[in-house]
Amino acid sequence: MADSMVVQMVVNGIRVEKHVEPRMHLVDFLRDTLEIKTVRVSCEHGFCGACTLRVDGDIVRGCLMLAVQAQDCEVETVDGASDRGDLLDLQEAFYKRNAAQCGFCTPGMLLTASALLRERPNATREQVREYISGNYCRCTGYHSIVDAVCEVLEVRRLAGVSQ
Amino acid sequence: MKAPPFEYIKPGSLDEVFSLLDRYGDDARILAGGQTLMATLNMRLSEPQLLIDIGSIEGLRGISLLDGCVSIGAMTRHSEIEDSAVIAEYLPLLSMAAPHVAHRAIRNRGTLGGSLAFSDPAAEWPACTVALDATIVLVGKGGERRVKAGDFFLDLYTTAMQPDEIIKACEFPLPASSSRSAFLELARRHGDYAIVGLAATGRLQGGVLTDLHLVFLGTANTPVRARAAEARIEGNVLDSTVLDSAKSALTTELLPAADLYNGAQTKLHLAGVLMGRALKQLLV
Repeated sequence: MADSMVVQMVVNGIRVEKHVEPRMHLVDFLRDTLEIKTVRVSCEHGFCGACTLRVDGDIVRGCLMLAVQAQDCEVETVDGASDRGDLLDLQEAFYKRNAAQCGFCTPGMLLTASALLRERPNATREQVREYISGNYCRCTGYHSIVDAVCEVLEVRRLAGVSQ
Repeated sequence: MKAPPFEYIKPGSLDEVFSLLDRYGDDARILAGGQTLMATLNMRLSEPQLLIDIGSIEGLRGISLLDGCVSIGAMTRHSEIEDSAVIAEYLPLLSMAAPHVAHRAIRNRGTLGGSLAFSDPAAEWPACTVALDATIVLVGKGGERRVKAGDFFLDLYTTAMQPDEIIKACEFPLPASSSRSAFLELARRHGDYAIVGLAATGRLQGGVLTDLHLVFLGTANTPVRARAAEARIEGNVLDSTVLDSAKSALTTELLPAADLYNGAQTKLHLAGVLMGRALKQLLV
């Protein structure tokens, strides 16, 4: 076994310092060491998007990044983003449209959708489908998820026009 | 699965990287963005002793407009290429190809250099570098050397890089104002591995195309430039006779192998379809 290393990062606004094995994925560090269970672990090779989280503001795959690579980074899970109110309209739209069925993919979906809202405010429905195509919903509830994201895009666009 | 145990080091200089590569040889792997390497480690396809993270080394990242070329540092993320105004203006082929590289969360970590070094047969960037006549800048203990993209991809996951070299940057010559480009790809799900893809460039003069580069991905172990098909099209008005002739030339130079979902004949047919679509885009 490789020697453990010390890693420091800021997780949901709180500075943490822990000993980790170099091979530990960031998603396992969050779930098993910090006990943040909203970030999911699933396919472990970058296909399903369940482990999506934010590192320095950008969405990444938590299973394709080592905890030691997050040294000095700002890491945010759905908990931190939610507590800041960053996802409020998205969460309301997901709730209203029943876009969270079993809830397994929901944290990854919300963070991916929030990146889309920021980067592609004029996205069409087809572009929404493309953008979230890296996130699997095992319940196959894609239509209500796409509906919810499109609704927020539309509401934000209208708000932008009226301002 | 979880990755096997390994040591991890993040050197601050290239000298340190080269001395580690010297010491560990095949037991070390360079970690760039890690979006392929981590997946293969998780699947235990390899068990290196050491990962050398080159993320802290100065001068490997960024997009610069230089005299006669655009240089993209090896550690530049796919998403930085996707979002770059310089790339959109001077190298629109790369802007078109970027959204096909996996998904945004992966594009935020994966790097141009990592993709070129890994040389996956279904990857987008290798085909684009060949289509744009790019030059790959390698650096090793002995200094830098430059290899044309057309000479870089040798076989399945095999490039002209020596074991003690890393990619420093990729230099793309500035296309002429008459240049046109198109990037098309077919995949089962957007962002998945390509069934067939095509990076196409050419010059449009007087309604006909010249200096064509039709470079297919996902059809062989390396990107394939369809020179026979190019020759049938160059200088001719693109009508159905010319297109059919180019498609029949394509069958002599593209010899795709079947994958899990698509037979060789299907892939060849799809390659012809993509070529027709790309040529129409080049003519606009």
